[in-house]
Amino acid sequence: MGKILHFFDVFINSIDIFVEGLWITLKLSVVSLLIAIVIGLFFAILKISNIKVLKWIADAYIWLVRGTPLVVQIFILFYGLTDILLIPMFWAGVAGLAFHSGAYIAEIIRGAIQSIDKGQAEAARSLGMTKGLSMRRIILPQAFRRAVPALGNQFIIGIKDSSLVSFIGMQELFGVASTMGSNTFDFLPYYITVAVYYLLIVLVLTFAVNKLEKRLAASD
Amino acid sequence: MNEKREMIRVEKLNKSFGDLHVLKDIDLEVKESDVVVLIGASGSGKSTLLRCLNFLEIKDNGTVILEGEKIEKETHNLNKVREKVGMVFQHFNLFPHKTVLGNVIEAPTQVKGVEKKKAIEEGKSLLDKVGLSDKYDVYPSKLSGGQKQRVAIARALAMKPDVMLFDEPTSALDPELVGEVLLTMKELAKEGMTMVVVTHEMGFAKEVADWVVYMHDGKIVEYGHPSEMFENPKEERTKAFLNSVL
Repeated sequence: MGKILHFFDVFINSIDIFVEGLWITLKLSVVSLLIAIVIGLFFAILKISNIKVLKWIADAYIWLVRGTPLVVQIFILFYGLTDILLIPMFWAGVAGLAFHSGAYIAEIIRGAIQSIDKGQAEAARSLGMTKGLSMRRIILPQAFRRAVPALGNQFIIGIKDSSLVSFIGMQELFGVASTMGSNTFDFLPYYITVAVYYLLIVLVLTFAVNKLEKRLAASD
Repeated sequence: MNEKREMIRVEKLNKSFGDLHVLKDIDLEVKESDVVVLIGASGSGKSTLLRCLNFLEIKDNGTVILEGEKIEKETHNLNKVREKVGMVFQHFNLFPHKTVLGNVIEAPTQVKGVEKKKAIEEGKSLLDKVGLSDKYDVYPSKLSGGQKQRVAIARALAMKPDVMLFDEPTSALDPELVGEVLLTMKELAKEGMTMVVVTHEMGFAKEVADWVVYMHDGKIVEYGHPSEMFENPKEERTKAFLNSVL
């Protein structure tokens, strides 16, 4: 009983500092995921192109990301970007996360594009649309709708993965929990606290994705 | 006699998919306002021939001449060519993320740069023409098959094509919905639209076609006015086919 009360004590007394961490986690996640969508879209289109070299480039990127742990990618990008290019830590963290999620999002978008019935592109082409116009106006809007559940899932993974940038010293949620734990030698309550924060974020995001799915389904 | 303008001329057209020789030395001529109906068993090459006419399939060799101009993918912008040749598909292929009116105005505004207000006006009048004046803002998923196909016809007409191609436009429809689509096509023919139609609806061929083309195994076996073809086919193959479908 005392331990549970102690946890609530820790939770309530640390709200201020965790909210700061939460803010950084959200900024990191949102910015990196937006960039990851752009990266993903770019490599998805390379992957479905008819030009072999472009396909290979996309394959190589996806192979690199899948073949190495995220934490290794973050460290390489962190030391590469901050030591050599002198980029601020926040952006090094964003780069690491976006580079990673981008590969998975590329595969999600590629799959969604290829799942759109060929008749859609044919109808667009038969109306005189160029390949690019047909992709932009007809295929991609449908592909993105179809990809919403998988993208939502990837966003959840992305938010949780953002905890790994604490290893390069960023004081986002998990960084705050680790620091507080080490400072007080009272690790468990802080880690449980941080788990609660992640659960709440994921809860809200899941709710939002479900809403979006329902709304998109209504127009289908 | 007043000679009609030539819209499509196909000479010695060949097309293969891998080892499968789908079209063999096809010759075809379609004049302005003609309705040409392609009939034949599945796999006889009629859909492929139709798709070669708007370059959704690119011929291996031979010539396709549209309105007097020999079209080659090396020398012509095929997108521009396709603006002149409308197509209606068996499975409608409406854009599900756009409303009925959105489907119709998409190509005029995006491809031709028609002003949106004007495109909407023209789109609405096309939809009125195909009997869908109460469906402007509805999404395709809420329509019956026959309504979908009529939207698809309006969408193709919105580009003001010189020729309309129909690829089995009623084959995916429930029997009771076939009539409304055929009626729309008949009206279009009456207005003088040049049409090439792949269909299994022999009634439509008899009633509306100026020419009927019977294809078998990638070749044109027989070609004639519907009265001659249906009453008195010359080729044994044509007779056998007509006996099987009539």
